[in-house]
This record gives sequence, structure tokens and C-alpha cells, in this order.
Amino acid sequence: MDRMEQNRLRSKVAYFGMYLALALIFSYLETLIPFQIGIPGVKLGLANLMTVIALYRMGTREAGLLSASRILLSGFLFGNLFSILYSMAGGMVSLAAMALLKKQGGFSVTGVSIAGGVAHNLGQLCVAMLVVETFSVGYYVPVLLISGLAAGGVIGIAADGVLRRVAKIRG
Amino acid sequence: MKRWRRNDLLLVFLVAGLAAAVWLFRQAGRDAGNAHVIVKVDGRTEGIYDLNEDQTISVNHGSNTLVIRDGQADMTDADCPDKLCVKHRPIRYRHENIICLPNRIVVEVESDSDAQLDAVTN
Repeated sequence: MDRMEQNRLRSKVAYFGMYLALALIFSYLETLIPFQIGIPGVKLGLANLMTVIALYRMGTREAGLLSASRILLSGFLFGNLFSILYSMAGGMVSLAAMALLKKQGGFSVTGVSIAGGVAHNLGQLCVAMLVVETFSVGYYVPVLLISGLAAGGVIGIAADGVLRRVAKIRG
Repeated sequence: MKRWRRNDLLLVFLVAGLAAAVWLFRQAGRDAGNAHVIVKVDGRTEGIYDLNEDQTISVNHGSNTLVIRDGQADMTDADCPDKLCVKHRPIRYRHENIICLPNRIVVEVESDSDAQLDAVTN
């Protein structure tokens, strides 16, 4: 391993640590401030801002690792095993959708984020169906679709703004 | 990189359209689902009856009479003084209920597939 490569790895580890710390702080923030609008399960998902940024700045694998470690840590800190299960399902489906659309091309950061938000909610709904062993949660689908759209849109616009401003920074 | 791209709009319309379609589908199928009424006396479940099956039920050892006909439940008789439950219009939709306070009777419509979801997604 030559020096250049070593430096790159170090920088990557440092960035990853910073992203994870920020994501955890956002998770914590969300438990403090009631972004929830009164419908159970509907929230902004502020921590996913970091997932979107990592996806564009680092790549799919790194974003996936970031998302998984953030969910595990925040789950043990602020949630429970069930919330980890739900978040993990949502997070991984969301990431898969975002990576796919990013690779596909023709989507802006906001568009990719919207797909992530919608996929996140649908993934969670699937887990909910498995857990309660029923398909009756179907009445919730429109709510989850629209809320995923809105949350993904907000997160996407924010991520787009951040990405523009840090575009000159190498890392 | 442009702020919005063509496929974004497509995606938004697709999701919104899907949501609208599912919602309309659910609205249309509101009556179609199997529903039942739960009769509770003093908080305990006395019986669960199918709403699609016409029947006359004697509730609470005969103090009240519940009639299920044409997919709706109606309290037709009660031995209580105010008869509020008898005057109550028939119920058929989910979570509608008839309550007879003097006899501590609650009749509520539930969907067969009603599920209890905990708010653990936070």
C-alpha cells in the first residue's frame, strides 16, 4: 500500500466517522423536536440527509454501511429492537432504490431522495405486514406514499443544497 | 447539475398517481370487506357477530335486542328508561358504535382484518 492510497483511506475513514456522527446527531434531534405531524409512522427522517450526501460523496457501499451503523446505534440509544428492525428494512430498501435511480440517471438529487423516501415507507409497511401477519394495513399505503414523497423531497432539496456547497471540497 | 430533471417530475406523478389510485380503490371497496360487530357488556366481550348474516341477538340476558339486517346492526329494543341506543341509527362502518350506558353495553363495528399496530417506528 503506497502513501497516496494510505492517505486516501485515512481521509475516507475520517469522513465516514464525521458522517456517522452527524447522522446520529440528526437522529437524536428528531427524537427531541416533534417533526411528527400526528400520523403514526410519518416523520421527516432527518438522518437520511447524511445517507443521501454519503451516496453522492462516497458511493453506494459506504452509504449503506453508514445507514446500517446509524440505525443500529440510534436504535440502541433511542429505540428498541423492533424499531431497529423497521428502520433497517426501510433503510436498506430506501438505499437500494436510491442507488438504482442514481445509476439509472436522469434524476436529480431531489428525485433520488424522493424515491428513497417512498421506498423507505413501503419497505417498512412490508415488514409491518409480516409482523402483524395481515394485509389490512393497505389503507395506509396512500398516506405512506405521499408522506414519503414529501419527506424525501425536503431531504433531497437540503442534500442538494449541501452537495452544491461542499462540491469544491475534496474527500 | 440542474436542480430538477425530467425524470423527477415523472417519479412524483407516478407516486402521487399510485397513492390516488390506491385511495380511490379503498374508497370503492369500503362496503365490500367483511365486517363484524363486537358486543361488549361491562367491558367483557359477550359475542362477535357477522354483519353479513341477518340475525337477531338477545344481549345481556335479554335486556337489549340487537338486529343485524342488510349489513347493518341496529338496537331494536332495550329495557332501559332512556332508550337512547334504540333511537341510535343503525351502524355499518368501521368504528361506528351504539352504546347503552344504563346496561353497560357497547356494540362496535370492526373489520375482520383489523390489526393492532404499535407505534414503534419512531
